[in-house]
Amino acid sequence: MGLLKSKSFSGGIHPPEHKHETEKKAIEKCPLPSMVIIPVQQHIGAPAKPVVEKGDTVLAGQPVCESTGFVSVPSHASISGTVTAIEQRPHPLGPGVLSVVIESDGEDKWVPGIGYEENYLELDKKEMLSRIQAAGLAGMGGATFPTHVKLSPPPDKPINTFILNGVECEPYLTSDHRLMLEDPKKILLGMQIILHLLGASRAVIGIEKNKSDAILVMQRLVAELKLPFEVISLKVKYPQGAEKQLIKAVTGRSVPSGGLPMDVGCVVQNVGTAAAVFDAVASKRPLVERIVTVTGKGMNETKNVLTRIGTPFSFLLDYCGGIQDHAGKIIMGGPMMGLAQSSMDAPVIKGTSGLLVLDEKESRRCAESVCISCARCIDVCPMGLMPKLLGAFVKNDHIEDAKNYNILDCIECGSCAYVCPAHINLVHLIKYGKMQVAKQIKKAS
Amino acid sequence: MEKNFFVSSSPHIYDQESIPKIMYSVSLALLPAAVGAVYFFGLRALYIIIIGIVSAIATEGILCKLMKKPLTINDGSALLTGLLLAYNVSVQVPLWMPAVGSFFAIAVGKFVFGGLGFNPMNPALLGRAFLLASWPTHMRNFTGVPHSGKISGIDIITSPTPLEVLKTAKDILQNQSQYSIEKVNVYKQAILELSDSIGNLFWGNVGGCLGETSVFLLLIGAAFLMYKRYIGWKIPFSYIGTVALLSWVFGGKDGLFSGFVLFHIFSGGLILGAFFMATDMVTSPVTFRGRIFFGIGCGIITVLIRQIGGYPEGVSYSILLMNLLTPMLDRWTKPRVFGGANKK
Repeated sequence: MGLLKSKSFSGGIHPPEHKHETEKKAIEKCPLPSMVIIPVQQHIGAPAKPVVEKGDTVLAGQPVCESTGFVSVPSHASISGTVTAIEQRPHPLGPGVLSVVIESDGEDKWVPGIGYEENYLELDKKEMLSRIQAAGLAGMGGATFPTHVKLSPPPDKPINTFILNGVECEPYLTSDHRLMLEDPKKILLGMQIILHLLGASRAVIGIEKNKSDAILVMQRLVAELKLPFEVISLKVKYPQGAEKQLIKAVTGRSVPSGGLPMDVGCVVQNVGTAAAVFDAVASKRPLVERIVTVTGKGMNETKNVLTRIGTPFSFLLDYCGGIQDHAGKIIMGGPMMGLAQSSMDAPVIKGTSGLLVLDEKESRRCAESVCISCARCIDVCPMGLMPKLLGAFVKNDHIEDAKNYNILDCIECGSCAYVCPAHINLVHLIKYGKMQVAKQIKKAS
Repeated sequence: MEKNFFVSSSPHIYDQESIPKIMYSVSLALLPAAVGAVYFFGLRALYIIIIGIVSAIATEGILCKLMKKPLTINDGSALLTGLLLAYNVSVQVPLWMPAVGSFFAIAVGKFVFGGLGFNPMNPALLGRAFLLASWPTHMRNFTGVPHSGKISGIDIITSPTPLEVLKTAKDILQNQSQYSIEKVNVYKQAILELSDSIGNLFWGNVGGCLGETSVFLLLIGAAFLMYKRYIGWKIPFSYIGTVALLSWVFGGKDGLFSGFVLFHIFSGGLILGAFFMATDMVTSPVTFRGRIFFGIGCGIITVLIRQIGGYPEGVSYSILLMNLLTPMLDRWTKPRVFGGANKK
């Protein structure tokens, strides 16, 4: 194990970690909100379709919308109560999304049929996968790709390595860290199910070195449960937890451009997802709550909170003492890739790993000046791109050039914009450029 | 009323760097050499530096106003250009020359191309090239250096910098029949003395342009910039390494592999050029391999000029020439994209 220390990838940055605000704080249970908003789209893929109507009474754990295809997952009522509306509501990822609004009856009554089954490992794979889809699982690291899809690779793509992502490289966030400390067994049993589904021969738990306590806990429990898992401590460097970079660090393999991890025989899942897999398969428990790190200078209190999905941000923030007067920016996720929120009415969704509230001073960015070709962006790009050129191409509408310089390979990690001394919004430009390229490709076909 | 929040694309945090911070740091790193210049050449060196800087900033300010551009005199880049220009002239130039040089550097070297970030060549070096082409006698007058180490018997009116002595000595020794025995002997002695002058070269006690003489003081600044990561190792090391290798192979008077490497590294403007001018961000390549090739190219041209060119020193022209190749180097040395998208 010692030889495997400090594996990493090339490029990357070392932003201040800001983990100490919450890393030692045990997970607290958020009280039930009086109302939840369940959007039909909390995952990548086809939006789900509402199966309840206004006025219906629902129980916690009851599906309120159903999946509409293979790459789609249902969502469930996270509290018991009455459906008061099915309408467009603010969504953390952008403009309004059709959502099922449920008013709580305050009783938190659950649907029957949820409970631990001793012999869950004897279920056949199909049943396991259908339980995972029925539980509404989507990647909880933030990308929210439907879990059952990732766990059913096509037969021509054999998977030999499964990597459990406990890296949590985004500054401020500690929800995965706390989960690894407080419920490691659930994660490992979930991982065992995943391994069984994939038939992978190697199973690796990748954790950044700065979470030495979590590494220790995992190592001990792996030994105790006699599971064939490796625990690897990774170099503290952003974006170590990005899927392609993590695979590179652990296996030395490079996911081909435009390809998926399964093209190099790998599947990566977040620790939170693994725990949810265990709940889904062993207990048929749907995904209705998750851990959210609430943190930042703009918060009165910082916490790790177990929160029901659909809880409005305002409710969760108020539970943590509310935001301060000088709060300037509310971000869902971490500061590097998270999304700035315009409204506190948007709900916690399956991919909400944190709510970061920056103060006004932190929220302002200096005016942009000209690029002096310092090449810092090129030095740090973990994908080997030339962000400075991509930004210039997009600004001048040279979409073809941007495409030729592989703009579509950008993972939007934000390292380039983080280091830019000219304060150019490179990620903003590149995201826009990618949209333009996608449009062009669509037009051509 | 609901509070309005800032919204923007990610990322939401940034490191604390800015262009002025970079420019002022480079200027700060050049400060020890300025102190050295005043120590070795007297107060006149200070006047030249001040005139160079003031002229550069004034030119920048006036041009910004005339062209109705935002005033950029505070970003530190004009200051740095003026400072570097002053470092690239002799203490003997008339005091109007640094003013003219800085004006040319900013106006023609930078603004003609659209200002900071768009200039293809290092403005200060372009200013120096302009001065050297226009007033060569002033620019090559290195006399009257108060503390300068002298080489015995040599007419210091014409040949006071170590590289010039070497060049003249080589010419004379190759055509001994055309010169008096006395003169030949003087230059034979001079070459021996040059080999012993490494100490003077290192500390800066020799003739030359204002900012280039003290290797020691320049290296202090370079170390600071490398520590702060404002300059990388690739350009300076490949540049100096190439000069060292080629000078060792071709630079000796006793045939191949007899060159005195330290002399060639420490003399002339190589240290100043390699660490502070070849590394100019705007005009040097942005890719890993591009920077290496850039340094090697600078090294080859420098040695060519020193060994067989008409000038005793070739640092400034080599950098200017390689500046022109920068866009091509960048194109030829694109980094390998993760996942092999650009592997053909």
